[in-house]
Amino acid sequence: MNAVALGFDRTVLELKMYSREKEAVFFGFLFPVVMLTLFSVIFNDEITEGTATMSAAEFFLPGMVSAGILLTSFQTMAMSVAVERDDGTLKRLRSTPMPAVSYFLGKVGLVVVTALAQQVLLLGVAKFAFGADLPTTADGWLTFGWVFALGAIAGTVLGTAYSSLATARSIGAVVVAPMLILQFISGVYFDFGGIPSWLQQVAAIFPLKWIAQGMRSVFFPDELATLEMAGSWEPGRTALILGAWAIGGLILCVLTFRWFKRGTT
Amino acid sequence: MTAISIRGLVKEYGTKRAVDGLDLDIGTGEVFALLGPNGAGKTTTVEILEGFRTRDSGEVSVLGEDPEKANRVWRNRIGIVLQSSAGLDLLTPREIIASTARTYATPRAVDDVIAAVGLEEKADERIAGLSGGQRRRLDVGLGIVGRPELLFLDEPTTGFDPQARRDFWELIRSLAAEGTTILLTTHYLDEAEQLADRVGVIAGGQLLALDTPANLGGRASEEATVSWAEGGQRQTLRTATPTLEVRRLAERFSGEVPELVVSRPTLEDTYLSLIAPHVIDEGAAHTNASQEVMA
Repeated sequence: MNAVALGFDRTVLELKMYSREKEAVFFGFLFPVVMLTLFSVIFNDEITEGTATMSAAEFFLPGMVSAGILLTSFQTMAMSVAVERDDGTLKRLRSTPMPAVSYFLGKVGLVVVTALAQQVLLLGVAKFAFGADLPTTADGWLTFGWVFALGAIAGTVLGTAYSSLATARSIGAVVVAPMLILQFISGVYFDFGGIPSWLQQVAAIFPLKWIAQGMRSVFFPDELATLEMAGSWEPGRTALILGAWAIGGLILCVLTFRWFKRGTT
Repeated sequence: MTAISIRGLVKEYGTKRAVDGLDLDIGTGEVFALLGPNGAGKTTTVEILEGFRTRDSGEVSVLGEDPEKANRVWRNRIGIVLQSSAGLDLLTPREIIASTARTYATPRAVDDVIAAVGLEEKADERIAGLSGGQRRRLDVGLGIVGRPELLFLDEPTTGFDPQARRDFWELIRSLAAEGTTILLTTHYLDEAEQLADRVGVIAGGQLLALDTPANLGGRASEEATVSWAEGGQRQTLRTATPTLEVRRLAERFSGEVPELVVSRPTLEDTYLSLIAPHVIDEGAAHTNASQEVMA
């Protein structure tokens, strides 16, 4: 079989493993849906944001969409590659004639399927369970599409590169703690405008802030653009920064990727 | 025809020479067992041959190619049975064997592999529920599914019960009968004796002895021990002509010699005497080190 067919075969295998691992399904896949549900139940009243009022589901939806993208791309990749490097899965794959690219295609397939399914679920719950308004224009969905794609690509390559920082034993802590901090300072759980400006500057270095801003531009009324750091949605800069992270992450991946545990070559 | 050729192989970790000028040839179709104590350089040597480790100097050729420059075509001709199949818990044996099979040009049928390693009853159950021996057999199945010309087996029967080991040996013999070249590392000397055409003993990164299991370390020509019971005591005699001694005893006892045993040094005896200097060296080094710490 050729590399692409083997990549598809790996995707099927990856999806089987992912769906059979209850922790991954809950903490990666369902987590944003659970959080959105919780927020919607806890905050009963309309939330006033600037000049607009909206339901809790509508207020938190862009954040949960953004967190979901990072969980299914970055967290999935960082954790699975670190574990597979340590438990010898990568070595076993390397002992077969499977081309290296098929392994990565399998991972990309896993991220694409889980991330898309998660977004469909998240938007479905927001709309049908909590009556959130979804974009009605093609432009809105186009923006959703490219922010989602760039965010997921950046998350995938950065997660793969990040996996080299930890062992299977430490990867849980090494991934979850920075992810949590990043989610807090990037305006996923809070109103980004309420965060001190120096912390906004820190958050602006990382991709999550830009994914969240891009998603706010999709789901929030246009007049709320004035509450952003620059006073506008900055779609051009968002694309540029996410694109830079994606390319930088890919280069980092190529430079740092190891098939074997440290100290075994 | 040589499947594996090693000349002057050296691998260093820091100042320690794990492999220290190793020379070895393994013929096509041969079953070769590499024996040695822990830390002897077995795994390092085998992993260099598998293309998993780099070497510091020396020449290595495996199926006519340098494993450091191994490509997919070369990998297609090689089978590797790794020491553990962790990370497969969430899959079934059939799923992972089928997926592995697809990476090879001319794989065996998945059902044939499952039957050959005796996992028919567990084929569709999660690997998490397999016993240690069943997992090992799965590892072997993954190693042979690509119909390799050369198979690497690293301590394949560790954790097997006696029946599972005998079944496994039959499997290896059938692979050897098909012409597969097999390089085996093992701690079990009876395993080497049962399976191997030739045995190499390695310690301190060097080859100490290389011969057939029957002849290793001059076993075949060494004196035999004849012992029997007489006058309530065990009598023992070392002799180069055991048959003559037994005939004499038979005449003296005019029939059955009580509790007669004729033995030669076992492979284990020979092996232990071969590696003894290296084991003692290591012990002495430890003693010196601890004395230095005390001082």
